Amino acid sequence: MSKRRPWWRADAFTIYAVIYLTFIYLPVLFLPLFSFNNSKYIAFPLKGFTLKWYEQMINSPDMLEALLNSVKVGITVAILSTILGLLAAKAVTRYRLPGRGPVMGFIMVPLVIPEIILAISLLILITQVDIPLSLWTVGFSHMLLCTPFAMLVLISRMEGFDKSLEEAALDLGESAWMTFWRVTFPIVLPGIVASLLLTFTISFDEFVLAFFLTSTDPTLPIYIWSSLRFPTKIPAVLALGATIFVLSFVVVSFSEWFRRRGVKLESSSGI
Amino acid sequence: MNPSASHQSSVGLAIRKRFLSSEPLRGYSLLSPTLLTMLFGLAMPLLVLFGLSFWLQDYVDFIKTFSLQNYSDFFAKPIYGAILMKSIRISGMVTLVTVLLAYPMAYFIAFRIKSNKLVWLILITVPFWTSYLLRVFAWKLMLGYNGVVNSGLKSLGLISEPLEFLLYNPTAVAITLAHAWAAFAILPIYVSLEKIDRSLLEAARDLGENAFMTFIRVTLPLSMPGVIAASLLVFIPTVGDYVTPSLVGGPSGIMIGNIIQSMFGKAFNWPLGAAISVVSMLTVTAIVCLFLWGTHRLRRAVA
Repeated sequence: MSKRRPWWRADAFTIYAVIYLTFIYLPVLFLPLFSFNNSKYIAFPLKGFTLKWYEQMINSPDMLEALLNSVKVGITVAILSTILGLLAAKAVTRYRLPGRGPVMGFIMVPLVIPEIILAISLLILITQVDIPLSLWTVGFSHMLLCTPFAMLVLISRMEGFDKSLEEAALDLGESAWMTFWRVTFPIVLPGIVASLLLTFTISFDEFVLAFFLTSTDPTLPIYIWSSLRFPTKIPAVLALGATIFVLSFVVVSFSEWFRRRGVKLESSSGI
Repeated sequence: MNPSASHQSSVGLAIRKRFLSSEPLRGYSLLSPTLLTMLFGLAMPLLVLFGLSFWLQDYVDFIKTFSLQNYSDFFAKPIYGAILMKSIRISGMVTLVTVLLAYPMAYFIAFRIKSNKLVWLILITVPFWTSYLLRVFAWKLMLGYNGVVNSGLKSLGLISEPLEFLLYNPTAVAITLAHAWAAFAILPIYVSLEKIDRSLLEAARDLGENAFMTFIRVTLPLSMPGVIAASLLVFIPTVGDYVTPSLVGGPSGIMIGNIIQSMFGKAFNWPLGAAISVVSMLTVTAIVCLFLWGTHRLRRAVA
C-alpha cells in the first residue's frame, strides 16, 4: 500500500478508534469508581473515598463461597472441555473423515443457539430422568458450551504446524504415545493454554445456564444477579468485580510475557 | 492348542489390522468422546424439548398425550408473536449497529497499526473481562435517574431535572447489547481483514482503481466472511437474551427470552415454554438462512 496518504484520513481513523475505545471503556470504568465511593447508593454525586466495601467483601462468606464454587466449576470445565476439544481437533485435522462438515457443524451448535434454549432443554431432560440439580449439572452444561470454543482454538493451532514433524518422530522409532508427548504436545501447548484460559473465562462468567441448572449452590454470577436486587449489597460486589479484574489483568500480562519469552527462546535456540 | 481361540485371535488381529488401516475408523474413535457428549448433552435435550412442546401442563404434572394446543395458543394470542417480532427487531438493530461500528475499528487495527497489533486486540477485549451482569448494570449507572448522563447534563446546566426516558425502554436494551457484544463483532472482522493478501490491494491500485473503489470491490467482498460471522455471533445470542431486558428494558423492553424464562418460573407452564422456544428457534434459523442466502447472492452480484 502507498505510504502517501492525506493527513486527514489517517487522523479520522485514529479519532474514530479513540471514540470507540471510550465507548467500550467508559461504562465499565465507573464500576471500580463506585467501589471506592463512601455511600451505599450507586449514584452521583460521589461522597468521598473509602475502602470499607473491600472490607465488607472479605467479610461476606456467601460471596466468597459463590466465588469458590465458580472457580471449582471453571477449573473442572476448562480441563474437561479442553480434553474433548483436543481429541476432536486432532481427529478432524489429522484424519480424513467422511462427513467431517456435518459432524463439526453439530459440535458447533452450542455457539449458534440462544443459551436460554440450551438451558431449558437441559433442565427438562435432567428433571425428567430425576438427576438432582447441583454444581455438577451446571458444570456439564458449561462443558457443552465450552467444547466448541476449545476445539476451534486447538484446530487453528494444529493446522498451523507441520504434520511431517510427527511422521518423522514415528519413522525414527518413537511410539505413538511418546510422539504425542515429545513432539505434538509441546507444539500444541500454547493452544492448550489458550483453550484452558478461554474456557475457564466463559464458565466463570456464564449466568443463564447456571441460573436454570443449579439448586442451592450459587455460582458468582448468580450471587451477583441476586445482589443486584438488594442495592446495599452492590458496592461489595463492585469491589469484588474490581479485584477480579485486576487479578485477570495480572494473569494475562504474565502469560503474554511468558509467551514472548517462549518465542524469544525458541528463535534463539533455532540459530 | 484350542483351535477356536486361535481362530478368535486371528479374527481379532484382522479387526485390529482393519482398524489401524482405516483412517475414518481411527478418526471417529478419537472423535467419539466429544461426539457422544454432544449427542447426549445437546441432541437429546433438544429432542426432549421438541417432544415436551406437544404435551400440556396440569398444575405440577404433565398431560402426556399428543396435543397441538401450545402451538395454537402461541398463534392465537398475538402478544407472543409480537414480542418475538420485537426481539428480532431489537437484535437486528443491535447487530447492524454493532457490526457497522466494529468494522472501521477492525480495519484500523488490521491496516493502520503496524506493530503491536496484539496489544490493540487485548485493549479491545479488556473491558469484557468484567462480569456480563456488571457490564449490563454499568449501563443502568450510565442512563439511570442519578446516572452519569443525567448528572453530566445537569452539571453543564443543560437540563434542570433528570431525564427519565433514558432507561427502561428498547433503546436502552439496544445500546447495552451493542456494547456488550462489541468484541464478538470486532474479532472475526479483524481476522478476515488480516487474511487479505495485501498484493491484491496493490494490484487494484496499480490498475487504476481509487482508494474507495478498491475498498468496495476488493477489501469489502474479501472481508464478508468476517462480517457474516460477526453478524451471526451477535444476532443469535441476543435474540434469546433475557438478562439485559430484565435489567434495563422495563415493561416496554421485554423480549422473548423473558417470556420463555417466566414459563419455566412464575407462569409455570413448561410445555408452552417449550413450544415458544421451538417457534423462536425455527424463526431465528429461517432468518439466518435467509441472511446467508442473501449475502451469498450479493457477493455473487458484486464479484
